Order: sequence, then C-alpha cells, then structure tokens
Amino acid sequence: MTAKAFLAALLIAFATMKPASAENLIVSVSNHRITVTPNYSGEELVLFGSIERGGKSLPEGTSYDIVVTVSGPRGDVVTRRKERKLGVWVNVDSREFIQVPGYLGIFANRPIDNIASPDTQRRQQVGLASFSLPQRMGPDIANVVASDPFRSAFVRLRTEHGLYREQTSAVTFLTPTLFRTGIPLPAEVPIGTYDIDIKLFANGAFVARTDTAFDIVKVGFEQFVANAARYHGFLYGLATALMAIMTGWLASVIFRRD
Amino acid sequence: MQLFLPIADIPVNVFLILAMGAAVGFVSGMFGVGGGFLMTPLLIFIGISPAVAVASVSSHMAASSFSGALSYWRKRAIDPALAMVLLCGGVLGTALGVWVFALLRSVGQLDLIIALSYVILLTAVGTLMFMEGLRAMLRARRGGTVITRRPRAQSWILGLPLKMRFKRSKIYLSVIPIIAIGLLIGFLGAIMGIGGSFLLIPIMIYILRVPTSTVIGTAMILTLVTMVIATFLHAVTNHLVDAVLALVLMIGGVIGAQFGARAGQRIRGEHLRLLLGLLILSVGIRFAVELVIQPQELYSIRELGGGG
Repeated sequence: MTAKAFLAALLIAFATMKPASAENLIVSVSNHRITVTPNYSGEELVLFGSIERGGKSLPEGTSYDIVVTVSGPRGDVVTRRKERKLGVWVNVDSREFIQVPGYLGIFANRPIDNIASPDTQRRQQVGLASFSLPQRMGPDIANVVASDPFRSAFVRLRTEHGLYREQTSAVTFLTPTLFRTGIPLPAEVPIGTYDIDIKLFANGAFVARTDTAFDIVKVGFEQFVANAARYHGFLYGLATALMAIMTGWLASVIFRRD
Repeated sequence: MQLFLPIADIPVNVFLILAMGAAVGFVSGMFGVGGGFLMTPLLIFIGISPAVAVASVSSHMAASSFSGALSYWRKRAIDPALAMVLLCGGVLGTALGVWVFALLRSVGQLDLIIALSYVILLTAVGTLMFMEGLRAMLRARRGGTVITRRPRAQSWILGLPLKMRFKRSKIYLSVIPIIAIGLLIGFLGAIMGIGGSFLLIPIMIYILRVPTSTVIGTAMILTLVTMVIATFLHAVTNHLVDAVLALVLMIGGVIGAQFGARAGQRIRGEHLRLLLGLLILSVGIRFAVELVIQPQELYSIRELGGGG
C-alpha cells in the first residue's frame, strides 16, 4: 500500500467513524464545585443536556435514550466474608477490588435492558451490572461477572449507603432532544473529582458521547480534623494527647474536693 | 443535636455520646476503675467501628486517669518508684500492642480479636469478682470477721532476683514480675481500649501484695502514661483517633465520675465488688452472643490506603 492510499483510507475511516454533522451532545451541570459543610445532609446536582442534530443525523422523530454514569474518586477496597468457624463468625475469605469508584451513579431514561442489548451494554459499560469493577486474582487483575458473590455484596453494601445507585427513570426528556437528570449526592460522599459520562443511544445502538466533571470539597471543622488525622498524624496525636491531659487537669481543678 | 464524627465517619447524637460518657464516668467513679472496658463496647454497640472505638477511648482514659492521678498525688497515695518500674513494662507493652493492632487490622481480623479478648477477659474477671463479692457478702452476713491482714507476696515471686525496695508501699520485691505485669496491661490496653485498672488492681493486691493505700493511685499512673502513649501511637500509625468523639466522651466522663465517686462511698465494699463483677460479666456475655449468632450481613468492606 502506498503512502497516499493509506492516507486516503485513513481519511475515509475517520470520516465514517465520526460524521461531521451527526448527533452532538451538549451538557452542563448546575454546579461544578460542591461544598460539603458539617450540616450537609445530601444534595442533588442537576445535569441538563441537549442533543444537537446535524444533517447526517438519524431521521426526525427517532427516540433517543440517555445513560449518564457518574463516578467518584477511585480507591482500592477489600471485601470480606464471614463464615462460621468453631462456632464463631470469623472473616475468612476476602477479595480486593482495584481502583473502584467511591461513588457510582447510573441514571437513564428507561431500563438499561430496553436501551441496549446485553452485548452493547458490556461493550459500552452502561449499567451497574456492566460497570467494570476489577478484582485482584492472584498476580492478575480481572473483572468478574455481575453475579460474583463478592462483587454483588460489594455493590449491595455501597448501594445501602447510597454511594452506588442505578436509577432508570431519573433522566427525563423535556423536549425530544432536551433532557435533564438529578444526581443525588448523600452525606457520605467522598471528596474529590467526579467524572460524568453521558452516552446517547438510539434504536439500541450507541450514537454519541460526551463527558464533564465536578468537584466535591468538604469544609469546616470536621474536615479539618479528618485531614489533620490523615496527613499530620504526629501533630494530631500530640494535640489529642495534650487535649486529654488538659481536660483531665481542668476536671480536677473544677471538681477539687480536698 | 447531630454531630458528624470526622474519623468514625458517622453522624451521632451529641447527647447520646455525652450521656454514655457520663454513665461510664459514673460507674468508673463509683468503682474506682477507668471504665474503658465499658466505654469501648458501648461505642461498638452504637455502630462505631471497633478500631476507632479502641483508639478514641484511649484518649478518654488518659483524661480521666490524669484528673484521678492528680488527686491521688496530692494525697501522697502514689508510689513513684513502683510506678516507674511498672511503666518500664507498660510503655513497651503499649507500643507492642499498637503494632499488633495495625497488623491485625491489615489482615482483617482486628474486630474478631477485640471481641474475643473482651469475651475471655471480661467473663473470667467478671465471674471471679462476682464470686469473690458473693463470698464476702455471705461471710459478712454470717457475722464472721472479714480478714484484713496483708499476707506477704506469693512465695515464687519472692524467690526472683533483682529485688528492689519500694518505700512508700513498704514492700521489697523483684522488678521482674512488676515489669511483666506492666507489659501485659500496656499490651491489652492498646488492643482493647481499656486502661486495665480492673485487672491491674487485683493483680497488684493479690499477687504483688501492694497495700491498698497506694494501689489505686499507682495503677492510675500506669493507665495515664500507657493511654497517652496509646493515643499518640494510634494517631500516628493507624489514623483512627477521633478527637471530636474523645472530647465529648471526656466531658461526659469527668462529670459523671464526680457523682459516681459520691455514690460509691455509700455502698459497702463487697456489694460494690459484686455489682462490678456483674457488670463486667454482662458486657462479656454480650460480646459472646454477638460472636456466636449469625450476623445479618456476612460481608464487610473497607477502603485501603490513603483513599482517593
């Protein structure tokens, strides 16, 4: 293949892959920086989006589907299972999940199974069941099926705390091309950067995607204490020990009986 | 009023924690013990993770033992030499305890070990105290005289080398058993979140034959120093000390202790021991039940490392 032919082929491939005037997604969140104060008891962020149609778009009147995936800061998490040993319930087995999000919200306009085939769901990683939650398997790291007991227990526990959720009626279409969704953020949300991934489907096929992000920052005395404990353990330990001694001394002064 | 605990990572009612601190303070003032063996379990029972409970209670224990120690110091009821020797073992034991604590936590068995230690220690000590109190009470009822003589230390302990004279306690003893006892109490204290005086005082009285005039004050010095070190080391190595929780507990605790001490003076010694034995025993049984019945949730998750 000559260089010219290769270039032409590349250009054609590029053109068919990304048609210049197909659907385009434009989104915006109500707040790019959420401040969590000590009396924060959960909040809902709102995401608005519009589907821009171009000349090469799907025919007028096509009904679109939207899947929004919000993933919070990632970290390693160990999941343990108790078993009865000698009459006592003991942690026996455990699995380590590698770099999984601390918050995972999946929002769609209708059940994911109606939006795309299982194969497409897997390929596009849409839906809680298809989201990649890799585990350490000996020396390797691999994703496991959604029915894996450790994976489902992990997802269940996170769901109970409101940190993982799949809401398939959260996205509402205001007009056929204008949509919105609420992103509930419970009081326990971890601080950090959250990525929002928006995928557009039509007739069961993936059409377009875009992404945006927001930050969660905590302020206030509690956060100051938490940061001090985590990053300045030495000073924090000294301060706590001193506080204990001061309190004890104060008590003996106030309640002195002899 | 809700308060968010920054390290325990859960919201709690301030008045509940204050009341718990006061209740435990009352009990500790009444019986002359630190009350860590009650405080740590109570915190675990309201949903604070055992690791955070143990680490935070150690600072609470430091506060209450410091105010106690000051008052015993003024009454000259502390044997400084004996306290120093105990501390040699205690400091080492605490460091060892914090290290084992971190090790157990990383392999996921910390909660189990904390629960098991409570079951074993509390049921054993509780039963012994209860029986002893019961016997003393029956003896008193039968009209027999309560033996008040102070026998000398156990013979095998007298045979040990490295003897030292402890002037204020008027005893002449080898330092080996004293250091060993300090080591044990420091170790248990760091792992279980207890000051250990409910163990240390009987050991000092029955094995070392330390007179009752100096035993409580001297034990308190050991509690104070080991708990200050435990607080510091838990904060440095495990990042688990919740200062907000500890402060609320301390405030409740010191207030409760004042009323407890007054109530304690009105109750007879053997009744006091009987009650304390019963209390310790019931906490131990509560832990045992927790271990044996099937938990509602078999799985637990924990984030590793420094988070995001």
